[in-house]
Amino acid sequence: MKNALNANALPQPIHTDGRFRWLGEFLDELQKRGATVEERPAVTLAPARLVHAAREDWGRCAQTASLNGCRWAGVWAEDRGDTLLLTACLEKRGDYLLLRTSLPAEAPEVPSQTSYYPAADRPERHTRDLFGVHFTGRIDTRRWLRHQAWREEQYPLQKSFPVMGTPPAETAPDVDYPFLHAHGKSVYEIPVGPVHAGIIEPGHFRFQAVGETVLNLEERLGYVHKGIEKIAEGRTADGLARLAGRVSGDTTVAHAWAACMAMERAAGVEIPSRALALRALFAERERIVNHLWDIGGVCNDVAFTFAYQQFGRLRELWLRNNGRWFGHRLLMDCVVPGGVATDIAAEAASEMLKEAGALRGELEELFGILENNGSLQDRLVTAGALTPQVALALGCLGYVGRASGIAYDLRRDAPYAPYDKLTVSVPCLVQGDVAARVKVRVEEIRVAIDLLERLLIDLPQGAIRVPWTAPAPGAEGLGLVEGWRGEILSFVRFAESGRIDRYYPRDPSVMNWPALEKLILNNIVPDFPVCNKSINGSYSGHDL
Amino acid sequence: MQGILTKIVKVGLITERVKPYTDDELEHTGTALKAHIDRRFAGSLTIRQLDAGSCNGCELEIHALNNAFYDIERFGVHFVASPRHADVLLVTGPVSRHMQVAALRVYTATPDPKWVVAVGTCAADGGEFGVSYASCGAVSNVLPVDAVIPGCPPTPLALLKGLLTLIRRR
Ligand code: SF4
Repeated sequence: MKNALNANALPQPIHTDGRFRWLGEFLDELQKRGATVEERPAVTLAPARLVHAAREDWGRCAQTASLNGCRWAGVWAEDRGDTLLLTACLEKRGDYLLLRTSLPAEAPEVPSQTSYYPAADRPERHTRDLFGVHFTGRIDTRRWLRHQAWREEQYPLQKSFPVMGTPPAETAPDVDYPFLHAHGKSVYEIPVGPVHAGIIEPGHFRFQAVGETVLNLEERLGYVHKGIEKIAEGRTADGLARLAGRVSGDTTVAHAWAACMAMERAAGVEIPSRALALRALFAERERIVNHLWDIGGVCNDVAFTFAYQQFGRLRELWLRNNGRWFGHRLLMDCVVPGGVATDIAAEAASEMLKEAGALRGELEELFGILENNGSLQDRLVTAGALTPQVALALGCLGYVGRASGIAYDLRRDAPYAPYDKLTVSVPCLVQGDVAARVKVRVEEIRVAIDLLERLLIDLPQGAIRVPWTAPAPGAEGLGLVEGWRGEILSFVRFAESGRIDRYYPRDPSVMNWPALEKLILNNIVPDFPVCNKSINGSYSGHDL
Repeated sequence: MQGILTKIVKVGLITERVKPYTDDELEHTGTALKAHIDRRFAGSLTIRQLDAGSCNGCELEIHALNNAFYDIERFGVHFVASPRHADVLLVTGPVSRHMQVAALRVYTATPDPKWVVAVGTCAADGGEFGVSYASCGAVSNVLPVDAVIPGCPPTPLALLKGLLTLIRRR
């Protein structure tokens, strides 16, 4: 209990607006269980709060957090010379708590949190493969992100590891990865990938099936790992925003926004209200276009090509308008540190209002057709059902969580500007099947169109960017943005002269990929494409 | 069913001939492409797309080639599921080291004569990702490249023009 402090005993509480009411009790409870924890002031990490824990208490902290109804939202490490800093992110009622511990660099060992939070499984393996953190008490000790580009005892995110590494001239395929095997008469395996039969990212799926029924599915990702966390180091703020915009191309706006938010919080840079409104406008446009495309894609995967063509048409029109108004069809590099790179002309704003109205009309017509098409609904209803219990245990995000009973949306539950001044309604269903995920996304498009109109009508005047001022070395910030797939978490720490020391983006896909392994069980193999599409995890956003 | 038919009739044919946005460029490019494909490839050019490490942005635009506006199939270009059926490999991304051998195998599986097109800035020169412990950088560091279509990502029209340039040269 040494140095143990109650949050209430802190000289200056960071939040006074009714946030973090649960924290005092949570820390008390931890201390009762014998954990050494202490809240530390961390102004630039706000609205999150920071609690340090002794490393031997890492598992106990997770156990207590899980019993207290906290959601587990990520873990990342930092090489700080003699020590490795390990930070986990927890969330409860929209309050974000960072739990931190330091590990001696020569023996970075810490109890695993996976037995309390299944969601921690792959992120811990990711941290082990890249930093050498040894999580004790794990059942699954297999590598995850590492294939054969670096050796087992090499850790690319340690500062001493050169960015070029020492890869072989030709990196061997990772053929010895120990997949689970099923045995028995009539059980067979289907290995799929990394190269799939379409225009799609690479990854491997290993099915065990009996007849058409899926007994087990194991995902193997990491194929598009391109060292994003490593090559972020030493970048300028502008350079990091560009890189963040390429973590997952379909989420370029939200990732760039999350990274810029983290950097701006670290540097105490306040951005103009017009820039905030434009960021939200870009983000809603990104949400709409991805939802349109995926609803079409789901229909295509059950051979309802009418909808695929119609939604593809609406998508193309939307992308062309992006290009016309903002100079880039996907809005890449529109979000920059200190604000946005492109303004919206007055004529474009009024055209966009018309565009939004027209889309709403088209959608009502199309959604009606989807809803009333028996053959389509027959394929979607009950397919790939993810129960609320499993979704909760895995910490599923975005429409995957919302179709399975988890009504969480940062824009409403932990609102950042400009959403703090907007009403965001959050659709939620409990069926958890493909049909529910489509329905939630249909509803989210409607909400996004409303938001788009609101943003356009209330668009503040003024500057769209302020000059960037680099923070002191060591400054850290946390960005949290509701991307179209769900919550994006982005951690940034600065080094000397405004350069990036550490960047960790956690795409919502990290939390949603494991759900696919569960919801496909007892479905038939031919339903895999539509189930997969209804989740649509990002490979690139996951593999980094 | 009635709803579907009404919608189809109402939307009509949107595949572009002369549209202000493309300034007729799409039609010109496409027709020229088709003429070459007819002459050299007996009317059909097959493409296998290979994501060798992209951020998935390039895939979004390659997908767009198949929407009703561009409808690349009408120029004789088909995307195929297997490299064994392909004339052209459209490769995106820096080649991640974890995809290096897979990319080589896809190349080997593609019958001769074959062409590799590096699509996007990453495929052209490594882009934002460059060469590192995890990335081989440009596609040409791994496979022989016949044409490059730069852009981050290249627009559908740029993709179409890039294909035309490749075919003209061959
Ligand atoms: S060129 Fe741009 S869009 Fe294409 S993979 Fe590279 S970063 Fe992504």
